[in-house]
Amino acid sequence: MEALRTYCVRLADDRLVLGHRLSEWCGHAPILEEDIALANIALDLIGQANLFYGLAGDPDQLAYLRDAIDYQNALIVELPKGDFAFTIIRQFLFSAAALYQMEALSRSTNADLGGIAAKATKETRYHVRHAGDWVLKLGDGTDESHRRAQDALNALWRYTGELFLMDAVDETLIAERVVPRLDPAPWRETVTDVIHRATLTVPDDGYMQRGGRQGRHTEALGHLLSEMQILQRSHPGAKW
Amino acid sequence: MSGNGEWPLWEVFVQPPGGAPFEHAGSVHAVDAESALQNARDVYARRGEAVNIWVVPTVAITASTPEDQGPFFEPGNDKPYRHPQFYTSPRGVRV
Repeated sequence: MEALRTYCVRLADDRLVLGHRLSEWCGHAPILEEDIALANIALDLIGQANLFYGLAGDPDQLAYLRDAIDYQNALIVELPKGDFAFTIIRQFLFSAAALYQMEALSRSTNADLGGIAAKATKETRYHVRHAGDWVLKLGDGTDESHRRAQDALNALWRYTGELFLMDAVDETLIAERVVPRLDPAPWRETVTDVIHRATLTVPDDGYMQRGGRQGRHTEALGHLLSEMQILQRSHPGAKW
Repeated sequence: MSGNGEWPLWEVFVQPPGGAPFEHAGSVHAVDAESALQNARDVYARRGEAVNIWVVPTVAITASTPEDQGPFFEPGNDKPYRHPQFYTSPRGVRV
């Protein structure tokens, strides 16, 4: 059961941290409609985090009272939000991977996990559609939007390998048929297709960053948590 | 982009659950139909308000004007026989 708990915390950490990063656009997106769209995706992700945390323990405790070293999110979600192209490219790369994972997970032998994944699948399908549409517009848009999108892709590519890394936690649950083995091939096919149609170039597979699943994070996560957790840290147990 | 630097405007119509007729919900800015549809979903249909969405370029809508008020909508008022209330129900019909 410890493996399942860790697995759920990892899923939740990815979604809470990325949801927080998206929420930083609130009031700052390029147009009002996109401001609302990004906030909606952020709320979807934070809602999913809440449900996955619920399978592992007390969501508030897990979200607000753990330090960076205890967080097990993939590094890609904690990187600062960057410009709009960076946020969109990251969202597309992450959501495309999440869609395959949630689809497979919705067939889990664990009914709770499967039910949450089925709900998340619907939401994630929209995230892929929305972000994918923007990738096409940015990549195949102006010289500046193309340059920014390619820069973002080049910076983010080395963080994508971690989304498909399997360690002892995953292997235990795969053996028990509770979770699927993640295959990067269909993900790669999806993102490659969109990247090419956006007239962008898929970066070379070089060294891939890793460490988030073991609590080894970039400097960015600590700053994010200090902002996200300050209320509970300053006023423990505070309620609305 | 249109002349004022803003993205084109689209009118949004949503169909409430249960198959009721489409209703005008409001408008969104978007560069193309797919984006308009997504923006409409995000702004007007995220809390179960709709089961279908239409988006229509605002420029494609022809609207009546305030000057049309009289000729369009009021000419029937002096012709009471156009309204069903003009006719009395036959005996034997329960109303």
